[in-house]
Amino acid sequence: MSSTVAVVDYGMGNLRSVSKALEHVVSANQRVLVSSNRDEIADAERIVFPGQGAARDCMAQLKELKLDEVVLQAASEKPFLGVCMGMQVLMAHSEENQGVDCMNLYAGDVRAFADEALHAQMQHLKIPHMGWNNVSHRRAHPLWQGIDDNKRFYFVHSYYVDPENEAIIAGATDYGIEFVSAIANKNVFAAQFHPEKSASDGLQLLRNFCRWNGGI
Amino acid sequence: MALAKRIIPCLDVKNGRVVKGVQFVDIRDAGNPVDVARRYDEEGADEITFLDITASSDDRETIAHVVEEVANEVFIPLTVGGGIRSVDDVRRMLNAGADKVAINTAAVFNPEFVREASDKVGSQCIVVAIDAKQVSAQGEALRWEIFTHGGRKPTGLDAIEWAKKMVDYGAGEILLTSMDRDGTKIGFDLPLTRAISEAVSVPVIASGGVGKLDHLADGVTEGLADAVLAASIFHFAEYTIQQAKQHMAARGIEMRL
Repeated sequence: MSSTVAVVDYGMGNLRSVSKALEHVVSANQRVLVSSNRDEIADAERIVFPGQGAARDCMAQLKELKLDEVVLQAASEKPFLGVCMGMQVLMAHSEENQGVDCMNLYAGDVRAFADEALHAQMQHLKIPHMGWNNVSHRRAHPLWQGIDDNKRFYFVHSYYVDPENEAIIAGATDYGIEFVSAIANKNVFAAQFHPEKSASDGLQLLRNFCRWNGGI
Repeated sequence: MALAKRIIPCLDVKNGRVVKGVQFVDIRDAGNPVDVARRYDEEGADEITFLDITASSDDRETIAHVVEEVANEVFIPLTVGGGIRSVDDVRRMLNAGADKVAINTAAVFNPEFVREASDKVGSQCIVVAIDAKQVSAQGEALRWEIFTHGGRKPTGLDAIEWAKKMVDYGAGEILLTSMDRDGTKIGFDLPLTRAISEAVSVPVIASGGVGKLDHLADGVTEGLADAVLAASIFHFAEYTIQQAKQHMAARGIEMRL
């Protein structure tokens, strides 16, 4: 029986690279489906929740398409992978766009790099944080399988998550400050970096996700 | 550990083939874009940039197909530039699989286009390409001006002011080419690169003039570039990407090896 990996399409950014990378790593009995249909998302065995652009627009689109509830539901019950903005909007609130309330799956804020970068001006740190940076594992996790500690992944973002519950931190990265670059809780894993653009280690993480049953 | 400086091989694509000329003449064939991109990915390129130098707009679709084919099998960031004039062009390239688009001439003639494009698709997708030439005479304070049409037409725009303006308008990155150095193999224009990199908050890619590996390292250490772009030294197998990375790392630069 075929099993579906659904990529949630809420009009925020181009999902082609995510779906192409998933197609590259899925098992023979799995199919990748890019969808904005609530029933299809609810029926899928695995959910990938990507996102690009501004937090305000992402939240507005999720509500407009009535996808917020089905995404939260998925995050409570099946293997779920948030990527970039799809990680940030899982938090309670974002500093972006003069403040945006997000999905509130996890307590904590999404913060801007700006002040820290100013502080670290001697290092000429640029915003967005763009390029390949190290991700240090903060706990063992099935999605890190086959990926060495401190490998580099591709990032492009100006904001980062700051969860209140430190137990959900799965990875951290240094850019002037140390920030949380991956979180994991039960069946949810979310990354600030783009596995779909992170060459072989990124593909390995996606491969792990496609074989993960959501347990630890 | 920190963010790595990036090496970006640039593929000038004409009629579906990778080509390389010296200062926009003397074009040589450097292969099939998909094969070249795959080789660079295997060698550890951090990103790949395609510049569509097709003369006629009738052939614009060709570059979209090239991007599509490459994006199906190469999983690192891809940038496409050349002839991007409208938000539709931007979307077409992103839909084909590009992660970023580089806007050059169209930004000079219509700066609002940069604002519109970054509003629609996000600054992280918008690279503004700047072609600059030194215009100060010997002995004068250094000054660079923006040129269009492959370096033939001056615009009267000061390069540093222009870069700042483009960032205000939503550029997420600047691709800076020295028209004086492009194709010369004598190294980047380091004072220009440094001046722009210090003037803007977004990452700057240095381009134009790489002939040996020290030039790449100099672009970072002296030019303060966040990424370095080169074409001919890689296309004609003078150096591999991996050799370039090892060389830069040996000079104390943070690299993804």
